Amino acid sequence: MFLKNCLRIFSSARIRFLLNNNVKASTFVNYKSVASLSTSKLALESEKVKVTFVLNDGKRLETVANVGDTLLDVVVNNDLNIEGFGACEGTVTCSTCHVILKPEDFERLPEEASDEERDMLDLAYSLTETSRLGCQITLTKELDGLEVKVPETINDARS
Amino acid sequence: MSFMGIKLITRFYCSFENVVPRVCIVGSGPAGFYAAMHLCKKLNNVHIDILEKLPVPFGLVRYGVAPDHPEVKNVINQFTKVANKPNVNFYGNIALGKDIDLLQLRQHYDAVLLTYGAEEDKTLGIENEEANNIVAARNFVGWYNGHPRDKDLKIDLSGTTAAILGQGNVALDVARMLLTPIDILRKTDITEHALAALADSKVKELYLIGRRGPLQVAFTIKELREQLNLPNCKTVWREQDFEGVSSVVSKLGRPRKRLTELMLKSVSESSNINIMPGDKCFKPIFFRSPNKFLTDNMNHVTGIELTCNRLEGDNLEYQKCIATDEKEFLDCSLVFRSIGYTSVKVDKDIIFDTNGFVTNDKGRVIEDNVSSLAKLYVAGWLGTGPAGVILHTMSNAFLVAKTICEDLKDCKNLSSKGGFQEVRKILLKSNQSHIIVDWNGWEKIDNYEVELGKKYGKPREKLCSISKMLEIASS
Repeated sequence: MFLKNCLRIFSSARIRFLLNNNVKASTFVNYKSVASLSTSKLALESEKVKVTFVLNDGKRLETVANVGDTLLDVVVNNDLNIEGFGACEGTVTCSTCHVILKPEDFERLPEEASDEERDMLDLAYSLTETSRLGCQITLTKELDGLEVKVPETINDARS
Repeated sequence: MSFMGIKLITRFYCSFENVVPRVCIVGSGPAGFYAAMHLCKKLNNVHIDILEKLPVPFGLVRYGVAPDHPEVKNVINQFTKVANKPNVNFYGNIALGKDIDLLQLRQHYDAVLLTYGAEEDKTLGIENEEANNIVAARNFVGWYNGHPRDKDLKIDLSGTTAAILGQGNVALDVARMLLTPIDILRKTDITEHALAALADSKVKELYLIGRRGPLQVAFTIKELREQLNLPNCKTVWREQDFEGVSSVVSKLGRPRKRLTELMLKSVSESSNINIMPGDKCFKPIFFRSPNKFLTDNMNHVTGIELTCNRLEGDNLEYQKCIATDEKEFLDCSLVFRSIGYTSVKVDKDIIFDTNGFVTNDKGRVIEDNVSSLAKLYVAGWLGTGPAGVILHTMSNAFLVAKTICEDLKDCKNLSSKGGFQEVRKILLKSNQSHIIVDWNGWEKIDNYEVELGKKYGKPREKLCSISKMLEIASS
């Protein structure tokens, strides 16, 4: 529980940091440095979990991630090749980091989606009952082996 | 320096390849950049030149996204990564149809992709629409966002009551700019001229008028929630507009359902609302279409004559509105027209359909084939119509870029095209001192604006003068 709270504080602090700074063209590069400068992250560095992103064409991107990172952090820090993922850099103002979870994983996430997250999900393509924004899922030890589906980003707006 | 090196090496290397396809993208907004992103990812070898009418990139991300939504602009970082790729070039201050024509681009490239969006606003075509203080939302947005075209917008904010015609996200952006406490706006990159005018604004009652009902609103839930949560602003609905709505909510799809539920919640709260002195009021009205504008002897708008509508059709979300004989009058001294955007035919060779979009199939512009010319494509609002959020434009741009990749791969006999070298010759031939702003030039403007912003305690103060931009870019 204590750990979970730490994580929560850590990730919300980071989002706030981004909110305050994003205007001066914070690039992905210094976004990364924001993440690694955090002391709480260093303390947790030893804790790793396996995460798999399954792309629409069936391709599986398997990666090892730090406990305490969000799924968006995982994509950015590992340079995973997912086109257009995380356009707003984790500020819950777009839905480009939409992921679909297995029902059992969805159920065991420590936090439910906020209204703001649901608002953004409502604009996503291929919305499901177990959809979440990757930037809002913080990895815990319990989520080791998590597998999420990344829905197709190519859609014909007129169809 | 190292960048130049990489670029030179790439060019040198490429000259040994068979032929590297050259793609020209016209317009550097989200559609253009997302298409470039996909092309770079899917093609091992491609040259991409992004042409832009203004000296600065990013289109509506810079000039459309509201100043109090800086998070949405974070996507600029992804676009900047694309622009920094050695095989991608940005060339600003080049207008299609004016500095260069489409035929010329198609002679010198292997594929030409039009992504120049929809820059004009739709008009109503009703009496007195040209009266003073009837403002196109598009120009108002451009004004507070520092678009050079709109810097001298005439707007009188000295009246207390204003109305917005239209119920989309642009309408809600306009409302938020008028109703947000000025000290919140001060910290954004809103232009100084707009900030000064809004600080003196007397507008405290703002109507948001839609021709259809609550189930057909075009704005999205995030924007509504923001509006409902604005400090010192109360939302007042007309309860009768929501008759029968609660009984159909459960039949709606999730997005529409949640949006409608939020409205219903606010309606029930607004019945016992307590409006404090100093509060501003936001008043959505449904089932009303403007019939004509009323004016005084100075040709200044004084009100709107509205036609009352009823809805017909079985599909609740897509009901059509039918005018009744009933009329209603609304007094107001300022009106915003926010009923949508429309694209401009910038070149005689661009063919539009009756909807005002460029006719296309998955981005391929439908036309009689002229084999010696580059194939023509369209993405973003110019091809889909002006609707949707950045995600939808991203998705469409990826789709069209995929089409281009397929066509380029199929194309066996590409001949070597001159690309931008030829474009530059054409530009300089007609005007020897034509300034082309490359990415380096934009970075200079960018730095200048950020520095200027520091003076005002803002993340950026945008330059609104094209000549000043050009001066800084070429310094």
